[in-house]
Amino acid sequence: MSTRTDKIEITLNGAPRRFESGLSLESLLKRLDLDARTVVVEHNRTIVRPPALGDTEVQDGDTVELVHFVGGG
Amino acid sequence: MATTVRETTAETLTIGGHTFASRLLVGTGKYTNNETMVRAIEASGANVVTVAVRRVDLDRSKDESILHHLSPERLFLLANTAGCYTGDEATRYARLAREAGFNEFVKLEVIGDKETLMPDVIGLLDAARTLVAEGFQVMAYTNDDIVTALRLEDLGCAAVMPLASPIGSGLGLLNPHHIRTIKHRLSVPVIVDAGVGTASDACVTMEQGVDGVLMNTAIAEARDPVAMARAMNLAVRSGRLAHLAGRMPRREIAVPSSPESGVLDT
Repeated sequence: MSTRTDKIEITLNGAPRRFESGLSLESLLKRLDLDARTVVVEHNRTIVRPPALGDTEVQDGDTVELVHFVGGG
Repeated sequence: MATTVRETTAETLTIGGHTFASRLLVGTGKYTNNETMVRAIEASGANVVTVAVRRVDLDRSKDESILHHLSPERLFLLANTAGCYTGDEATRYARLAREAGFNEFVKLEVIGDKETLMPDVIGLLDAARTLVAEGFQVMAYTNDDIVTALRLEDLGCAAVMPLASPIGSGLGLLNPHHIRTIKHRLSVPVIVDAGVGTASDACVTMEQGVDGVLMNTAIAEARDPVAMARAMNLAVRSGRLAHLAGRMPRREIAVPSSPESGVLDT
């Protein structure tokens, strides 16, 4: 049970961020107030599709990239 | 004659099995605000609009995706890999874009030099090979070199997109001969991408016989982007029609337009 209250540190969009352990990618998006329909999640260099976001737990040391479309030529 | 004109203006552009009414493709970058961008796209009549893939800005609480302003039902969103300097980076961006987007198309850019933004053709060919194998419809941004263009076609790219001049330069079509050569030799659509500065550039480019033109800065950085978008719409159609109409030959001597007979005695 103690691991549930531990903090983990991940690299989120290139910057270190601390969260409580046991966090899923889906919860992470909710926490950041982001819409899974317009954001693509890359977890340790692997794209995680929306149906799998709830089942994927973020671990200490993970790298998460959240990208979306912006204006471009 | 009216029938001929109607037929030619009704022709369409087909890339990788998708058919578009307009031969003008536009970017969505550099606009001062989204409202101007939306109105400019509308005025341009473009069906294909390019977008870039970037990190969500986590510090700004309501950093909106551009999808809130572009309707994927009305516009065909073409993701680019702009800002990528290696083939691996470009393939990573392309895969992310496919997840975020609505189609298998990618505008593949692999940049080789920060100052000129000229393409790295070796990285480009590598990435094109990988992405075609993964089922992407690759529209490859390249220089105006026929050999690279032929290689890209051989690899199975859906379209080859040679530059008119460097990205964002507005210098216009610097080598019409190279562009004509590429168009003559390739079977896949040739879309000239980058370098157009104003309407006459777009018109001259289309007069070379290419299948389309893609531009961003020329519209976004015009004093009145909506008016320039309209001008580009007319220029692309005008240039296309002129190409189909077939221009008169160039002559080194003057030939009078009026009859030389029947002139009054002096």
